Amino acid sequence: MIEFPQLSLHVPEPAVRPGGMPDFSNVNIAKAGSVPRPPVDAAPEDIRDLAYSIIRVLNRDGEAVGPWAGLLSDEELLTGLRNMMKLRAFDARMLMAQRQGKTSFYMQHLGEEAVSCAFRKALRKGDMNFPTYRQAGLLIADDYPMVEMMNQIFSNEKDPLRGRQLPIMYSSKEHGFFTISGNLATQYVQAVGWAMASAIKNDTKIAAAWIGDGSTAESDFHSALVFASTYKAPVILNIVNNQWAISTFQGIARGGSGTFAARGLGFGIPALRVDGNDYLAVYAVSCWAAERARRNLGPTLIEYVTYRVGAHSTSDDPSAYRPKTESEAWPLGDPVLRLKKHLIVRGVWSEERHVQAEAEILDEVIQAQKQAEVHGTLHAGGKPSVRDIFEGVYAEMPAHIRRQRQKAGY
Amino acid sequence: MPIEILMPALSPTMEEGTLSKWLKNEGDKVTSGDVIAEIETDKATMEVEAVDEGVIGKILIAAGTENVKVNTAIAVLLQDGESASDIAAPKAAAPAAEPAKAEAAPVKSEAAAPVAAQPKADIPSDPDIPAGTEMVSTTVREALRDAMAEEMRRDPDVFVMGEEVAEYQGAYKITQGLLQEFGARRVIDTPITEHGFAGVGVGAAMSGLKPIIEFMTFNFAMQAIDQIINSAAKTLYMSGGQMGAPIVFRGPNGAAARVGAQHSQDYATWYSQIPGLKVVMPYTAADAKGLLKAAIRDPNPVVFLENEILYGQSFDVPKMDDFVLPIGKARIHRKGNDVTIVSFGIGMTYAVKAVAELEKEGIDAELIDLRTLRPMDLPTVIESVKKTGRLVTVEEGYPQNSIGTEIATRVMQQAFDYLDAPVLTIAGKDVPMPYAANLEKLALPSVAEVVQAVKTVCYK
Repeated sequence: MIEFPQLSLHVPEPAVRPGGMPDFSNVNIAKAGSVPRPPVDAAPEDIRDLAYSIIRVLNRDGEAVGPWAGLLSDEELLTGLRNMMKLRAFDARMLMAQRQGKTSFYMQHLGEEAVSCAFRKALRKGDMNFPTYRQAGLLIADDYPMVEMMNQIFSNEKDPLRGRQLPIMYSSKEHGFFTISGNLATQYVQAVGWAMASAIKNDTKIAAAWIGDGSTAESDFHSALVFASTYKAPVILNIVNNQWAISTFQGIARGGSGTFAARGLGFGIPALRVDGNDYLAVYAVSCWAAERARRNLGPTLIEYVTYRVGAHSTSDDPSAYRPKTESEAWPLGDPVLRLKKHLIVRGVWSEERHVQAEAEILDEVIQAQKQAEVHGTLHAGGKPSVRDIFEGVYAEMPAHIRRQRQKAGY
Repeated sequence: MPIEILMPALSPTMEEGTLSKWLKNEGDKVTSGDVIAEIETDKATMEVEAVDEGVIGKILIAAGTENVKVNTAIAVLLQDGESASDIAAPKAAAPAAEPAKAEAAPVKSEAAAPVAAQPKADIPSDPDIPAGTEMVSTTVREALRDAMAEEMRRDPDVFVMGEEVAEYQGAYKITQGLLQEFGARRVIDTPITEHGFAGVGVGAAMSGLKPIIEFMTFNFAMQAIDQIINSAAKTLYMSGGQMGAPIVFRGPNGAAARVGAQHSQDYATWYSQIPGLKVVMPYTAADAKGLLKAAIRDPNPVVFLENEILYGQSFDVPKMDDFVLPIGKARIHRKGNDVTIVSFGIGMTYAVKAVAELEKEGIDAELIDLRTLRPMDLPTVIESVKKTGRLVTVEEGYPQNSIGTEIATRVMQQAFDYLDAPVLTIAGKDVPMPYAANLEKLALPSVAEVVQAVKTVCYK
C-alpha cells in the first residue's frame, strides 16, 4: 500500500489584511483596446479567452481605443457622466440622512457607478432587470424620479412600496426594475425563468440577472446557468465582482476557477470579463450581450471587475478586514474621473464645467430630498397608513385579514 | 441657532455606544463630511461625520464615555456669527445610561406535583446551583460565545462554520475571539451558500465531527432547510440507527428591527414540527449558555433559535465550571396562582412586562418559559394550568399553527376539566412583516395585548 501524507484543509486568504500594504499585483489587466471584439454569433468555444482577459476601452490618457470603442456620441457620454455623478451625489446625501436617523439603513455605490449606469443604456423599454442592492444606477439612468427613491428610503407617506420594504430595495415594473430580494441570488434563476417565458411567448423582451462575486457560491447561481445554457434563454447574466462580499474576499467564492467569468465556460455560455470602471467598455459589452439575446443566440455571462470603495452598508466597518488605503491602490481607477478625463480629451468638457455640474447636481439632489422630507422620514412626519399592513398580503383581501384590519380600526 | 451634533445610530438595533475618540477640538472648523469622532458599539467601530458646516462650539460628551444613548447631543456646532455664549444649557438627555438591569434572576424550577394514574414524563431537572455561587451579569451574546468556547476547549471535534464567523468575528459578534483561540481550522469562514455549508456541515457530522453551523439569520436558512429536515433530521432513522448527525444549527431568528418581510420571520413552529430535530429557543443568558452547551453535546441535530434584540441584553449567569441545562425542560420564570402565561424566546420580553403590570392590578400570574420547543415540556404547563385554570400563550410568530395553538390543543385534551376560560394565544399579525417602524410595531404583539388577554381569561 502506498503511504500518503496526512491531509490538510486549504483555506484561501486575501493578499493583504488591515495593517498591510494594499497589493493588487495579482490582478492582471489587459491593455486598453487589446481584446478583440468577436461577432455576436461567434461560437462560445472560439471565444473562451475573453473569460480570462479584461475588455477595456479607455486608456491611461483618457482616449477611447480598440475594437470596442466608438459606440457613443458626445451627448450620450455627457449624459452618462451626469448619471454617474448624480448617483454618487445621491448616495452621499442618503448616507448622511442615515447618520441623521432619517432612515435606518443605506447602501452606496461608490466606485461602481459605471456598471449599472452604462448597462441601463443597452436595454429597451419592457426588458427586465433582476437587480441586487447595488444597481440603483439602473433607475437613475432611466430617469426614475429621485424623489420616489427617497420616499422609499424614508418609508414615508408617499413611499411607493407603502412602508413594507427595506430602504433602497426599490421596485418599478415600468422602469424594468424587479423588486429587490433581500436574500442573495434567489433572483438569478428567476431572471432566467423570466427570459425563458419571454421566449415561450415569442416576445421580444430580454432579461438581465444580477449577482455579486460572493453570492455566486449560492446554488441559485449554478441552477441559473444550467437552465440558461440548456434552453438558450435570452438573458444577460451579470456578475459584479467588487472584490469584497462584506468581509469575505472574492477568492472564497471564486475558488480555483481563475475568474468568475470562467464559471460560464463549463456551461458553454459565452463569457466576457470587462473593466467595470470604464463606462465605455461596460456599455459596449452590455450591447454585445443584449444583441445576442435579442437575436435568439442565447445567454451571455459578464463579469464586471470593479472595487467596492465604500462600506458594504451603513452597518459595516471595512477597516476590520481590509487596509484602509486599499481603494486608493485599486488599479482600475475611478469611473467618474475616467469618463470626465475622456470627455475633456474629446474637447467637450472641462474642469470648470465639471465643478459647475457637481454643484448643479447636488442642488438637484437636495431639492429632491426637501420634497421627499415634506412627506416624512423614518421617525418624523408622514407615515404609511396602518391600512398598508393588511393590503397586498393577497391579491384579494381574505376575510380573516379584513377582520384584523377592522380590529385595528382601519 | 447652534446645531446639536447627536450620537448617531449605526444600525436600527443600536441603543447606545462608547464615544471613544474626538478627532476635532472645540474651536475647530468642520465641513460636511469631516470625520469628527469615533464611536464603538459591541459590533463595530465607526467614524462620525459632520453633516453641517461650522465651528465646534462645545464638546458635551468627553472621549471615553461609555453607554452614550443614541440621539444624545454630543457636541454643539456654531454657525457663522455665533459664539460659545449662544449655546443654551444642554438638554437633560446626556447622563450615561445605566446598564440594562436584568429581569428577575432565573428561578430554579420546582418539580411539578405528581399526577395520579399517569406515567410521569422523565425529564431531567436543572442542575443544582450551589449556595454562594457567584452570579455574573452577562449578555446573551457573551453567554453564547462562552458556551461555544467552553465546548470547543472540551472537545476537539467541535468546530464552528458559517459566513463571517472567523475574520469578522461573526455578523453579530457571537463568535468573538474564537478564531484567535482556536484557529482557522476550527473557525471556518464559508462561501455564501447556506444550502452548501449546511450540507457540508451535515456531511461532517455524519463523519463524526460536531459542527456548529451559524446562519447569519434563520431567514437565510430557508435554502438550507432541505439539508436540515430531509438529511440532518432523518438520517439516523433512515439508516436504522447506524449513522446520525450530531450538529447544531444556530443563529438569530425572528424579527429584529426594520429588516422587513424577508428578514423577520420566526421559524419556531416550523422546526418544532419535525421529528428527529430538537429545537431550543432561550430567553435568558443563563439558559442560552446552558442549553447551547447541551445542544453541542447532544447526539442529535439541534436547531438553536436566538434573537438579535436579545443579544445585547444582560442576565445573571452562575459562575460554574460546567453549567449545562437539560434540553426539554421548561423553567418557571415566576410563580403565581391566578393565570398561567406560557412564552419563550423574545416572546418572554412581552410576558415579563405584562406580568409586572398585572401584579399592580392584583393579578398573580405564573410565567413559564418553555426554553425548548421540541421536545416540549407539556407536563410543566399542564401542572400549572391545573393550578390556575387559565392560560395565555405569547409569541412573535404568525398566529396559524403556532406554538400557542399547539399548547392550546394539548391543554384542551389533557386538562379540559381544569380550564375556567378558553385558552387565548397572542401572536404576531397574519401579514408579512412591514418595514416602516409604525407598521412593524403594530404587526408584532404588544404588552397591552397580553395584559388584555389575561384580563379576558380572568373575566376582569
